[in-house]
Formats: sequence, structure tokens, C-alpha cells
Amino acid sequence: MAGLTDALRERLRAWTLELGGPGTRTRLEKLTPPRNEYGVDPYGLDVEYVVAAIAPLLWLYKRYFRVQLHGADRVPNDGGVLIVSNHSGQLPFDAAMIEVGLLIEKDPPRVVRALVERWVPTLPFVSTFMARCGQIVGTPENCRRLLAAGESLLVFPEGVRGLNKPFRERYRLQTFGLGFMRLALEAGVPVVPCAVVGAEEQAPALLDLKPLARLFGFPAFPITPTILPLPLPARYHIRFGEPMRFAGSADDEDAELERKVREVEGAVRALIERGLSERRSIYL
Amino acid sequence: MSDAPREAPTSGGMPAPVLVTGIAGNLGRALAKLLHGETAVVGVDRRPFARGPKDIPHHQVDIRKAKVEEVFRQHRIAALIHLGIMHDPRMPRSEAHSFNVIGTHKILELCVRHGVKKVVVLSSANVYGPRPDNSNFLPEEAPLMAAERFSEMRDLIELDMYAQSFMWKHPEIETVILRPVNIVGPTVRNAPSNFLRLARPLTVLGFDPMVQLIHEEDVCRALVLALRTGLRGVFNVTGPGEVPLSSILRELGRRPVPVPHMLVRPLVRRAFEARLTSFPPEELDHIQYLCVVDGSRFAREAGWSPAHGLRETIRSVLGSPAV
Repeated sequence: MAGLTDALRERLRAWTLELGGPGTRTRLEKLTPPRNEYGVDPYGLDVEYVVAAIAPLLWLYKRYFRVQLHGADRVPNDGGVLIVSNHSGQLPFDAAMIEVGLLIEKDPPRVVRALVERWVPTLPFVSTFMARCGQIVGTPENCRRLLAAGESLLVFPEGVRGLNKPFRERYRLQTFGLGFMRLALEAGVPVVPCAVVGAEEQAPALLDLKPLARLFGFPAFPITPTILPLPLPARYHIRFGEPMRFAGSADDEDAELERKVREVEGAVRALIERGLSERRSIYL
Repeated sequence: MSDAPREAPTSGGMPAPVLVTGIAGNLGRALAKLLHGETAVVGVDRRPFARGPKDIPHHQVDIRKAKVEEVFRQHRIAALIHLGIMHDPRMPRSEAHSFNVIGTHKILELCVRHGVKKVVVLSSANVYGPRPDNSNFLPEEAPLMAAERFSEMRDLIELDMYAQSFMWKHPEIETVILRPVNIVGPTVRNAPSNFLRLARPLTVLGFDPMVQLIHEEDVCRALVLALRTGLRGVFNVTGPGEVPLSSILRELGRRPVPVPHMLVRPLVRRAFEARLTSFPPEELDHIQYLCVVDGSRFAREAGWSPAHGLRETIRSVLGSPAV
């Protein structure tokens, strides 16, 4: 069980407030998800736990990746929303940084739930950590229910193809799957495009040893300059675009859905371009 | 016929008399105490019915036997609550299968033959099976996958599915199938209760799934509610909510022994085979993975809500005889 002793929890919480800077406590107090007498919401999210557990991630956010967040107020303050982002960097630090940003720098903060792979609940400690931080297995049932309850989901339609692409393919958006659009149409929620610039350079994969990957059952086996999971300190630029609302039915033909999905791809691509052009230096 | 059917007190269209199979068990006894105040009750069980209300005629008979039809003839049964399902993992498979599946077939067949208008079958939310890729709130339509990793659950699933097909084949009978979450309380002795009664229960290191519990009295109230005229269908029955396993153990003052997941399964298997524990290793899935259900249909269609709160339900395990 990923239990944090009370003393440790207090230390971590203090660290989070310190790293977050003045006003962090006031902002975090605006978070009021449903909590039963044992401190959890029906999915197992424990906000007190989150504030403590993200301290190391917040350290990465402020001191290592030195994230610059743009347009956080374009994410609606409440109601169901799908945040759609590019995915990169071999390890999903981009997901963590987006979520930390919306929790610590957005006013009022939002807890964003990323969809985890179906085998994550088989991992000790990771399974519990993810659940207490509000991350959920991305079943259609879960997604529908959460969006209907006005929660915010973070999706990466490129999937592992985006995550594991070789360095020479960096910032080339892989084709988006249609699933998120069906979800958005069914739930009637807006889609907020998001782009992360910088994650590509955190673990530049120079080689992908596919035979080794097959041996271990991994989707890919990238060889990077650092030993995974330690990423290079690339500067992150995270940018949110205006919410996009789509009319139509989830049962529309693929061609119709694809049209809409291309629009979102275009929006994400534009945000990536903007981030790349404004970036002065990659690591320093 | 020697005894005429009792005069039944009628309250808001409650059927009378109600036949309860499995009445001699802990849950059956609790149900009898609740129900006999509202309507006439008749009991059937192959065990004697000790310490039950005196005004309940009890027939000690195996429901697979032809003799049980006498009960229907004698009492003009208006409704059935079928609790007579055996969950004992130590029982030989063939015996359990015969009793559960054949017994259920026979008793339901008798309901058709004797014009019983209402049938309530007690199933379990565990039919969905605790699985790592489960959604967080399983609706009644979710596939019944428990037997995939635990073949002993085949009986319960077969029973649930048979009751469903019975429901469709006999629209003249109001069939209700209830799938309550883990039943705990001062008297029940089932796997979850027995686990929570241990001072030092084993847990799997690094796993802390959300768990749903329901008080045995609330299950009895749900069964009585299911007798209501007009209600039919399959319903998950939830208690006061979801809570992490670690919170339950902490509330009960237990000191869990976390065992790494690679070791825990072989360990429990050896212990089970050596008869050191009554928990088969497959039960470990329940303390690792989710099997949490959505109970909103029963709330919506029957007006269900549990009477016992979350802390109360958890602590009800404590008011019980020591293991």
C-alpha cells in the first residue's frame, strides 16, 4: 500500500506549498471534490494525498523542466472537458507536467485525470498511486461516467506511437485515433487542444531496438543518452488553445469524425509550432 | 392437507406467504426476523432452523428432493426468496454444483407449476469478478467474468444466468435478481467477513483497491424491498459507498501483513491445500483489483438506500464472535 505516514505527508505538503509559491494554499483550498469520511472520492482520489505526493513532480516542474504554462485559463473552470495533447519523450512526464500545471498554476485549480493503460492496476504501488491521484483506467464506461459528472480528462490520441517515436521524428504529430472525438460528441463536452514542447528532447531516442522490445513485451526499446527513467532537463513549454465545441453524433461515419479529428490535430499542431518558434533554448 | 395456510398480515401489497430457502443460515435467520413481522414466512433448508422466530413453519428438506413440492402444496406459496446457495470453497465441486444449480432449477420450476407470482434470487456483485481492467463502476450489463480466474465462481454465474433466462421465459412471474456487494455484519460468516475478522490479515504489498461493503441487515431490507409489486429485473445492490481496503483495515484496528505479489499466491495456495486457511488463493484478487458496482438502478427503480452508514457498516464486523 502506498501509504504515506502522517509526518512524511506533512513534510511533502509543506514542500509543495513552498515550491508553488505564495497563493498556492489559497488556490488549493478551492478544490472541493466529493470526499467521504475516509478522505476519498468514489474513484479513490484523495486530494490531501495529491497535494503531498506531487511535491517531487512539482520540483521537476519548477526546477528541472522549468515549465512555462500558457493559456491555463482557457481550460474551463468546471464542467466536463477533454484535454487533448501531443505525446512525447519516451516516459509520460508530459502528462504529469500538464496535470501539475493545472493544479498549481491555474486559478481555480482543476484535478485532471489522465487515462492509464489497462495493465497499470497490476503494478504494485503504481496502481495505488495512480488511483489516489485520480488517474483511471481508460475504459469507455469510466470516461463516459466521469465526463457526465463534469470531470476533466487528459487524453493523448497519438498513444504510445507519440511517446516512443525516434528523435528524428520529433514534433511530427502521429495520426490521432478517433476514440476521443466519439467520447466528446457523446458526452457533449468541449475539447481543449494542448501542446507540450520540450518533452521530445528529454530522452532523445537515437535507436529503437525492436527485437529487444519484443523480448520484453514493451512497445519499444529506445536507447537514449541518459539511463531511463532519468530524463534530461529540457525546458517545457505547455500551451492550451481555445476550447473547441463539436456538433454531431458519436455514431456518425468515420469520415465525418475524421474531419473533426483533423481540426483538433490542426489546432494542436499550431500550438506546437507556436511553442517551437517562441522557444529560445532547449536545455538551458 | 392438515394445516390451512396462515392468515397473512397484508401491508402495502406484500405477498403472503413467502418461502425462504436457505433460511437456516445466518443471512436467512436475519431475513426471517425482519420479514416475519411484515408477512407470513415459510422456511426450507436441509439444516434445522435453530433460534428462529417461532411462528415460521420450517421444512427440513433438500430442495433437490421431490418432497419439497409438498411445501408448495401445503402453504400456497405466493413468493420465493431463494438464498439457498452454497459458497463453501471446501465443499466438493460436484456436490456444490448439484446443490446450487440443480436445486435452483427445481425450486424455480416448482414456482411455475404452483403459480408463484414473485421470485427473488440472491446472487452477488462478485459475479463480475475483480479484474485489473474493470471499470470503476460496473453496471448490470457488464459481463460476468468471475469464473475466468476462479472456476469455483462458475456455479454462481450459472445460477445468475439461469435466473435471468427464467425471468425472460416467464414474464408472468416477477423475477428479481439481486447482486449485493460484499455482505458483512455481526452474524454472517463469508469470505469477506472472515477476512476482516482476522487480527493480522494478509494483504498484497502495494495494492489498495476500493471496496464496497453492505450490512447484512441492509441486504435483508433489500430482499424485502424486492418483494414489492411491480419490481422485476437484475439489480446491483450497493451499501453506503466505496472505501480503500486500507481504510477498512485501519478502522477495524487490524495490523495487515503485506506480502509481495509474487510470493503471496503460492503462499496462500500452500496454506489452503494444507488446510491452514479457508481462503483459496483466487480470493486474493479481491484485495488487489477492483470489483466495484453501480447501484443506481436499484436506487432509482425501487427507491433503495442503505440504512447503515459507512463507518457503521465497516464496524459491524466487530460485533461478532472471535475467529
